[in-house]
Amino acid sequence: MQNHATRDVIVGLFVLVGLATLAYLSLQVGGIEFGAAKQIELHATFDDIGGLSVRAPVRIGGVKIGQVSAIGLDEELRPKVTLAVDADVAIPVDAEAAIRTAGLLGDQFIAVEGGGAEDGTLADGESFGMTVSAFSIDKLVGQFIHNAGVSD
Amino acid sequence: MNALIGWIAELGAQTLAQVEGLGRVARFGGHLVAAIPRRPTRFGFFVRALFDAGVLSVALICLSGFTVGMVLGLQLYTTLTRFGAEEGLGAVVGLSLVRELGPVLTGLLVTGRAGSAITAEIGAMKSTEQLDGLRMMAIDPVHFVALPRALALSIAMPLLNGLFIVFAIAGAYGVGVWRQGLDGGVYLSGLEDAVLFGDDVGQSLLKSLIFGLLLGLISTYKGHSCDPDAAGVARATTSTVVTASVCILLADYVITALWGV
Repeated sequence: MQNHATRDVIVGLFVLVGLATLAYLSLQVGGIEFGAAKQIELHATFDDIGGLSVRAPVRIGGVKIGQVSAIGLDEELRPKVTLAVDADVAIPVDAEAAIRTAGLLGDQFIAVEGGGAEDGTLADGESFGMTVSAFSIDKLVGQFIHNAGVSD
Repeated sequence: MNALIGWIAELGAQTLAQVEGLGRVARFGGHLVAAIPRRPTRFGFFVRALFDAGVLSVALICLSGFTVGMVLGLQLYTTLTRFGAEEGLGAVVGLSLVRELGPVLTGLLVTGRAGSAITAEIGAMKSTEQLDGLRMMAIDPVHFVALPRALALSIAMPLLNGLFIVFAIAGAYGVGVWRQGLDGGVYLSGLEDAVLFGDDVGQSLLKSLIFGLLLGLISTYKGHSCDPDAAGVARATTSTVVTASVCILLADYVITALWGV
């Protein structure tokens, strides 16, 4: 056994390295942020959200600006999605929220596109005026078969 | 008829003995907790215990973590390739390591490496009447001998858990990126996207802390309550490894279920 001073240094190093790994896991891997960028809540009502789930990303032109924070139904039993979006992104009031799929079978996300009128930007708690529901392959196939049957 | 009554009596005696054993553990745990606020006898004892339980386990934990990561990388990559989902490697490796494999494997490894040693040490002290000697000098052996070791285990466990996970992430990176040719950025960003601080890292820390407390309680209790002879120390050491391993696995399920996944 080493003398006491050496041992104390080694134990101190062990604690420091251990804490450093925990800090790496929390900050880098876990993505905890102190004074995280402020986010605002926006709402969007769809006819069909397909397989959209909470924490799905919200993107503009592929760049992530937020995520889905809640999914529920409004009074008319239509799917209502709450989005947490970075407050410093100015989304025009006439922008459209569309549910898209990454790749053919990938995860679903919300794409914000269009807009650009000078009527101002969406503020905290406001809703998207226009939405595009999830594109579902089985519906498309169903429609195709139905149409094929009619044309005979 | 007599045989039946004898059998029932045996069952009753067994049940009572089990309950009595649980009561002893609880009393010992209460004794340990009550000793925490008392002034530590010597801070050096705690540092020595942390050295034995923590520092001496570092090599084992790092090597095991790296190996587990390499195996995960190899197995998952080949399986994910079947579904054309190699990009998911980082997410699967990160979630499985942070949530389950890290805390549980660290708990089991530390049980074998440090918990058994603590039981054997305290047991040997008991069988050579050193604990009685302490009591003769009005020194509480729970406060003097057991507490620094139990605390050291509880503190070392989350730190070793962090080391294990980081080395396993590196091991899976090594296999997935260098051997299988996955892009390093895809692996790391998938990992960072999938793992959340609150749900995943928080759960991991809570688990490893609870496993550390459990192991600290079990290993010191088994040492204090062992039969004071060579065979007794051997039985107590075995019993620590078995009991602590089972408790860690059970506690893991309970915490996961309560957390709500």
